[in-house]
Amino acid sequence: MKIGVITYPGTLDDRDAQRAIRLAGGTPVPLWHDDDDLKKVDAVVLPGGFSYGDYLRCGAIAAKAPATKEVIRLAAKGLPVLGICNGFQVLVESHLLPGGLIRNEKQHFICRDQKLRVENNETAWTSLFEKDQEILIPLKNGEGGYIATDDTLKMLEQENRIAFRYVENNPNGSMNDIAGITNERGNVVGLMPHPEHAVEAGFGPDTPTAMRSGIDGLLFFESVLKMVVNS
Amino acid sequence: MPKIIVEIMPKQDLLDPQGKAVSNSLHREGKKEITAVRIGKRIELHFDREITDQDLEMAKDQAANFLSNDVIEDVIAITKED
Repeated sequence: MKIGVITYPGTLDDRDAQRAIRLAGGTPVPLWHDDDDLKKVDAVVLPGGFSYGDYLRCGAIAAKAPATKEVIRLAAKGLPVLGICNGFQVLVESHLLPGGLIRNEKQHFICRDQKLRVENNETAWTSLFEKDQEILIPLKNGEGGYIATDDTLKMLEQENRIAFRYVENNPNGSMNDIAGITNERGNVVGLMPHPEHAVEAGFGPDTPTAMRSGIDGLLFFESVLKMVVNS
Repeated sequence: MPKIIVEIMPKQDLLDPQGKAVSNSLHREGKKEITAVRIGKRIELHFDREITDQDLEMAKDQAANFLSNDVIEDVIAITKED
């Protein structure tokens, strides 16, 4: 199973995403922003970091990249797409997901392990989670405040399109505690926190069991691999 | 040089951190009569020929769909300058 990981100028977490895919049992395929050949991958990850200096707005220029345009075209046909952090920003700027992301409420860059609740476990990237399961993965962003119009928020709530909500504290002022959302079909998911940094014991968040033992992020990648195998 | 100027402002009800920081600094300087500062963007599109109505339409389209994001910003003005 091949999962592509796009590298934009400024991407930081492409190698971590590739490693997460490998640990989940898939074959990571590096993709380049300037190339519209997605190499027949079965799914795509838009990783975190930055892109094109995040000039204009975070993710705005990356949304116009040749590779992203191909992602937009194939997402409409059901290609599973996961946008993490800057990747989430690219997905909203591409209009694959609604709303926008603005500077954190208190203006500070935040880096910490963050508890989330899985609100929708019927997406391509969340099917192996239990509904309402609480997970812990790292969060690190400066512009992670999710906003949308009242109508969009209502639609997201009614259609069960909020994939993840922040639990215990809302780190960045996101409306309705939204950490991640999905499209109508459930193949496109975007979230600010970083599942790819919680995939291997010894390198993940601290848990009550042991230091750095958190691997809740692995299920994102195992979920999509399971879906691709079954289809 | 002919150019089209696109002006964009953050939406009124959104926090504008740049404007707030500048406003705080002005208040420290004693300029208490300034009640608020808001900071937006001015984007110039340059041309090496006369600007047509089609160019303006194109600029309008790009302003709405690329240069601004209507969730967080408003396009205030699109003007032509010869």
